[in-house]
Amino acid sequence: MYLIEQLLNGVQLGMLLFLLTAGLTLIFGIMDLVNLAHGSLYMLGAYFAATFAAWTDSFVLGALLAVAAAFAAGVVLEVTAIRRLYGRNHLDHVLGTFGLLLFFNELVRLVWGPAGLTLSLPSQMLAAVQILPGLYYPAYRLVIIVVALAVAGLLYLLVMRTRLGMLIRAGASNREMVGALGVNIKLLYTLVFGLGAALAGFAGLMQAPILTVQIGMGENILIAAFVVVVIGGIGSIRGAFVAALLVGVIDTIGRAFLPDLLNDYLSPNAAATLAPALSSMLIYLLMAMVLALRPEGLFPAAGR
Amino acid sequence: MNDRRQLTPRFAVNAALLAVLALVPVYAAIAGNPFVMILFTRILIMAMAALSLNLIMGFGGMVSFGHAAYLGIGGYAVGILAKEGIGSGLVQWPAAIAASALYALAVGVLSLRTRGVYFIMITLAFAQMIYYVASGLDRYGGDDGLTIYHRSTFGGVLDLNNTTVFYYLCFALLLASIYLVWRIVNSRFGLVIQGVRSNERRMRAIGFPTLRYKLVCFVMAGAMCGLAGALLANHTNFISPAMMHWTRSGDLIVMAVLGGMPAMFGPLIGATTLLLLEQVLSRLTDYPDLVLGPALLLVAIYLHGGIDGLFAGARRG
Repeated sequence: MYLIEQLLNGVQLGMLLFLLTAGLTLIFGIMDLVNLAHGSLYMLGAYFAATFAAWTDSFVLGALLAVAAAFAAGVVLEVTAIRRLYGRNHLDHVLGTFGLLLFFNELVRLVWGPAGLTLSLPSQMLAAVQILPGLYYPAYRLVIIVVALAVAGLLYLLVMRTRLGMLIRAGASNREMVGALGVNIKLLYTLVFGLGAALAGFAGLMQAPILTVQIGMGENILIAAFVVVVIGGIGSIRGAFVAALLVGVIDTIGRAFLPDLLNDYLSPNAAATLAPALSSMLIYLLMAMVLALRPEGLFPAAGR
Repeated sequence: MNDRRQLTPRFAVNAALLAVLALVPVYAAIAGNPFVMILFTRILIMAMAALSLNLIMGFGGMVSFGHAAYLGIGGYAVGILAKEGIGSGLVQWPAAIAASALYALAVGVLSLRTRGVYFIMITLAFAQMIYYVASGLDRYGGDDGLTIYHRSTFGGVLDLNNTTVFYYLCFALLLASIYLVWRIVNSRFGLVIQGVRSNERRMRAIGFPTLRYKLVCFVMAGAMCGLAGALLANHTNFISPAMMHWTRSGDLIVMAVLGGMPAMFGPLIGATTLLLLEQVLSRLTDYPDLVLGPALLLVAIYLHGGIDGLFAGARRG
């Protein structure tokens, strides 16, 4: 029972990571941009949702507005700043987007104040559902899994079945060629960045009711998202999906079971010290292993 | 790199900066302003850390996004030994250097085969692991960090509790480090490293075991940053995992790039500019990063070669 519950928690974390990573890997793969400000868009999504939900008195309406606002923020950010960083080396990306990260943290502090916000759920999502005999699971976490799966499905259709998706895939394999064939690459880039921002914002607002909405909330999960991108293969949505699930499940299961496992072999004292550190390290160990065995990630985008 | 000993703008700026740094304790004594000493000691230490990053990143083309880990390891070496009752700097500091070098060796062996973004990410991943290791050290404060009650002792020869002594020690070590990097870069070894940065495949083709060269360079940078970490722990009398957070590694990259890479004095200029700017902005406004963030973005977009590039450009024109 406990195992199933933890597995579900892992899947739920993995789905959130996927939402955050889908945009990141596209931006990485197509624009070749290391975007440290992606976590800021995640944070903005959560703040937007908390604000809009308070205004409209509806979680769902607030969430929809927040996704739209995150998309708009992404487009504005791309047009005013990010666009000028394309084609530059990765160090300029790190410097520039690190600056943006500082800027957004401070902007949020200015607009919303230093204290965190809470985003409360409608009452029917607070309940626990019986999914198996004797196993209750919070409804909202199931909602996250289902909604994120739906978004992943939509994203799959968008990328694999539409003209825009074809261009996105083409861009991930060979940017110059897409531009040379007369595609409006500027517009494509802006759209992809906006899409990534909307997905990141969506991930942020979905996570918001579970954790508090606070400044810097995007910073630690951003690194996990980078781990997912690298494991999955840069520019590959499918890779991001598999890697996100893998990372989500391994991280959660590790945190849940490692302490007991270590207890069997080590003194309680040593286990108590080692377990939290080791379980936090698991995903990085996984990444180091994947990079050692398959340097391009599990699902390298074609042609790279 | 072929600076003649003439009064170029770059030379003038570097000399002026060194002169100012040498006189900071004098100013602090006259103005009775101890805070200036705290700030500038920090600048010297961070400059040393950024300098070590410049060695691998600027000259060697290895973009390490986990450099704050060495600051942390150096700091923890001092903190842990102090907590266990070993207060001598003659033990603590070599331990800090050795521990950082050893860690750099392990990371280097595992990551130097990867390139570009993958190298950035794998160095970041290792730094995150060290971050979590430090968070798990309950005996040494865990997440909350550890206060160091006594600065390193040097058998009564140097009293680090005297801020002026400590300042000049940091200054001397920084100058020595700059000299060391200068010697490394202009040696045959350094030329190989810079050759690898421009075209690793060609360097391999003409017979250099490039991986080994890069690894040695990587370990030297780690060791130097470990010493900076030991200084930092003595400066703040405190260590915590926060000094290894990935945004601290980002700060170091910002300093190195802002100052100008691969200029010899770039990291010092960058560290001075960034830390002073932070100070000034936080006096002027409650929201300093609202200005600092976009400023970094503008530097990334418009200022190739960082601040040093401004003077270097003037020399050519």
